[in-house]
Amino acid sequence: MKPYTIGGHTLNSRLFLGTGRFPNPQVLKQAIAAAEAEVLTFAVRRVQLDAVGEDTVLQHVDTGRAIFLPNTSGARTADEAVRIAKLAKAAGVGNWIKVEISVADETLLPDPLETLRATERLAKEGFVVLPYTSDDPVLCKHLEEAGAAAVMPGGSPIGTGLGILNPYNLERIVERANVPVIVDAGIGTPSDAVQAMELGAAAVLVNTAIAKARDPVAMARAFKLAVEAGREAYESGRIPKKKYASASSGYESLISRVTRQVSDETI
Amino acid sequence: MRIKVNGVWAQLEVRTVADVLMHYGMERKRVVVEANGIIVDSELWETTPVADGTVLEIVHFVGGG
Repeated sequence: MKPYTIGGHTLNSRLFLGTGRFPNPQVLKQAIAAAEAEVLTFAVRRVQLDAVGEDTVLQHVDTGRAIFLPNTSGARTADEAVRIAKLAKAAGVGNWIKVEISVADETLLPDPLETLRATERLAKEGFVVLPYTSDDPVLCKHLEEAGAAAVMPGGSPIGTGLGILNPYNLERIVERANVPVIVDAGIGTPSDAVQAMELGAAAVLVNTAIAKARDPVAMARAFKLAVEAGREAYESGRIPKKKYASASSGYESLISRVTRQVSDETI
Repeated sequence: MRIKVNGVWAQLEVRTVADVLMHYGMERKRVVVEANGIIVDSELWETTPVADGTVLEIVHFVGGG
């Protein structure tokens, strides 16, 4: 698999790992290792003043090796997303930001207009911006033009595990994009990740499907293998689909015909 | 004095941002502080004064996707 680049960083792993909803920090740590993930996502939240002693998620992550991709989840407007991005940057772990602006309803679908505004502003301020977006090829192009370092179309709504609901759109996004396309959200099982990669995604971001699996560490490894298989398939070029069968060995030298010819000569 | 910390009003006898963090036992935690909407660099916690009515947000990273 060829390495690829986002925001000046060369990446080898094509599995981004979300760090939410793991049963405990130890399992998270093992899952990060099993996934061989280089990019990890986080959220920014208020410190609970009555539970300051609790472990912070950063204590369990090798901050020297991982690339941190904080998200702006909870933001409903571009202004709120910019504010969260600045708070995240002040933590001193890099300048990557996943713009995530959702109206808090049952779909958590991203707000396209506010996402575009936030992407433009943050890119101008020097952030490496990876917007979580709906799977709209036109919007993804606008985000790229606004300065996105990669675009992150959702496969299906966050946490649903419904997989890639619109493979046609995803394929169009990949065709037109000059930045890496990372499928974010809705991936339910490794075959969804394979499909995303076969369609040409540069990477996938998985969280719930690993964190809430019965065995998150084993599932992290399964996803690692899936993205590798899918990417290698994409780079190898799949065969076109055909309506009718075509035999894999050809009919030119069938044994039955050879036998008949021999017996003819004998007579 | 009365200051607002993470959305809750508190009666604290403090002079600086560092005093507030000390009060909550966060002086060694990896947190980011915003005072009245402006981020306070950790190197300036000791010298940034907190006045009556100051609104503080103290945030950190949590697990997320």
